[in-house]
Amino acid sequence: MALLSRLRARREPIGPLDYYRKLWLRLIMIGTLIFLYGPISTLIAFSFNDSRRNIVWRGFTLKYYEKALENDELIEAFTNSLTIAFFTTIVSVILAALAAYVLWRFRFPFKAAYEGAVALPIVIPEICMGVAMMAFFARIGWPSDLPWPLSLSQITIAHIAFSFPFAAIVIRARLESFNRELGESARDLGASEARVFWDIVVPHMKPGLIAGALLSFTLSLDDFVITFFTAGPNTVTFPVKVYSMVRFSVTPEVNAASTILIGLTLVLTAIALRLQNRNNMNMQA
Amino acid sequence: MADMQDPIIRIENICKTYPGGVQAVNNVSLNVNRGEFFALLGPSGCGKTTLLRMMAGFEIPTSGTLLIDGQNMADVQPNKRPVNMVFQSYAVFPHMSVAQNVGYGLKIEGRPKKEIAERVQEALDLVKLGHLGGRMPDELSGGQRQRVALARALIKRPSVLLLDEPLSALDAKLREAMQIELVRLQKTVGITFVIVTHDQDEALSMANRIAVMEQGVVKQIAGPAELYESPNCRFVADFIGKINLFDGQAKANGNGKTLVETPVLGKVEFGGDANGPVSLGVRPEKVRVSREKPSGNLLAAQGPVTDIAYYGGYSKVFVDIGAKEPVLADITNAERSMGPGFENGEKLWVSWRAEDTLVLTS
Repeated sequence: MALLSRLRARREPIGPLDYYRKLWLRLIMIGTLIFLYGPISTLIAFSFNDSRRNIVWRGFTLKYYEKALENDELIEAFTNSLTIAFFTTIVSVILAALAAYVLWRFRFPFKAAYEGAVALPIVIPEICMGVAMMAFFARIGWPSDLPWPLSLSQITIAHIAFSFPFAAIVIRARLESFNRELGESARDLGASEARVFWDIVVPHMKPGLIAGALLSFTLSLDDFVITFFTAGPNTVTFPVKVYSMVRFSVTPEVNAASTILIGLTLVLTAIALRLQNRNNMNMQA
Repeated sequence: MADMQDPIIRIENICKTYPGGVQAVNNVSLNVNRGEFFALLGPSGCGKTTLLRMMAGFEIPTSGTLLIDGQNMADVQPNKRPVNMVFQSYAVFPHMSVAQNVGYGLKIEGRPKKEIAERVQEALDLVKLGHLGGRMPDELSGGQRQRVALARALIKRPSVLLLDEPLSALDAKLREAMQIELVRLQKTVGITFVIVTHDQDEALSMANRIAVMEQGVVKQIAGPAELYESPNCRFVADFIGKINLFDGQAKANGNGKTLVETPVLGKVEFGGDANGPVSLGVRPEKVRVSREKPSGNLLAAQGPVTDIAYYGGYSKVFVDIGAKEPVLADITNAERSMGPGFENGEKLWVSWRAEDTLVLTS
């Protein structure tokens, strides 16, 4: 019966909004899924493959996860990456929030120039940023033999510099929807400018802060180019480590480590989206 | 009436020029008396909101002085002024509950929790929202949100409550109910209200006194009836209610009488001294319409009916007597019948008493 009714439904003419029933759209959809998620699913699948090479399936195993977790260099790189991403996120969200607020709230000379200067790192090629950062740190003689975690300071500073503009743009966009009468109303009820910022503006900014943090975190976590140039001789991050491992051969160990990273990112994104949704519900009014 | 010697707000020669040269407020002086319901009325862009925002401290006057309760406000920040404001968008904080919204001002003052809770309940009861303290703003209707804004502004017991177009976002039925409600509230709390509105009905029905503004200038300050029956210029006459205007020439005869000559109404004598071009005005409800020529000391003219508009309780009859525009007469449909009983094109007399006529020199 079900099959019969489905066949009958198929014979119905395609309506103007029935895009999903059009062939060309299905092809685009399938293409998107294949090229976007095909490689990633293969990567995840082969992390469980019981073979030294990523070509044929030889059965299920978790031994490469064990191996990856026992690889001290890989773990160190992973820890470095998470530490850098953590500090980058905190500092760039704070900087971005302040920059966005200043740009939104005040009028001052050369405001447009300042706004452009803040956004410029987004369009500057990463390779140039990397080289410039390297030259800069060498020039000022930034010490490269500091103990952990200070040994990560160069990379962290570079990461903050290129990720905070993204966060600033997101937060600025969120501020555009702020009803200025809310701030004036709080002021009218006795709040100082600082109090208005904390009590009224920050709660409104929250979804932007979360989105900005998420952006900074992922940008920092998977950055290769700038990190490669600013990393000291003894500091290795996850992307750099993976690169050096892949130069010899793509082992399932790399797959396993990457899968863990993907899982981690997904969990973080889910948490952030959840927070944001809860906020949006309160922000409807 | 309130004591004229003791105004709560004194505005002296206030000007506001925006960068770019737009003069929003031009040399305005006015007093708001203690305990009165004062309205700033005018078309959009007349500077009424700028004036209100200057009282609240959100705009700084280019020149002139503003005193609230005898204190010069020149260097006083908005959060230190003895006024509170209800905003056009209500500006209810979306991330706080109704009770938190209403208690916000007291929380900033650092009042003890118990006092805040009591006064919040009191304020919510005042605006009949006593049972909704725990709600979030997005669970409220527009009318309820406005009441929250009112309670929030009143809880600090300000000397003056400023209201910026408070009813413009409500639908017609609710607006009428809120008009009565606001007047009741003002009498209950005894606080001076200053309201900004572009709606003349709102101003006439609520305020004790009204300042009519146009292009940054106050044209007239008076009570509702005086404003309607004795406007001091064409703008006020035309802005408040409807009026029929006839251009004419005035000549004072030296003993307190003025002879006004208009092309359609002939020569009419009025009290006062005026010379030069004037306008005669008459409100539509004071115009009578008849088939026979009326007798008595009346201004009268004859012409064909150009339009009849039926409004249920009354009808508007337009009679073309050869002036710039047809004369509008409001006819009360005092008896059950099918309209006012006139027809389009019918030749009718319009007439009104000389003492119902306004002579407007500016």
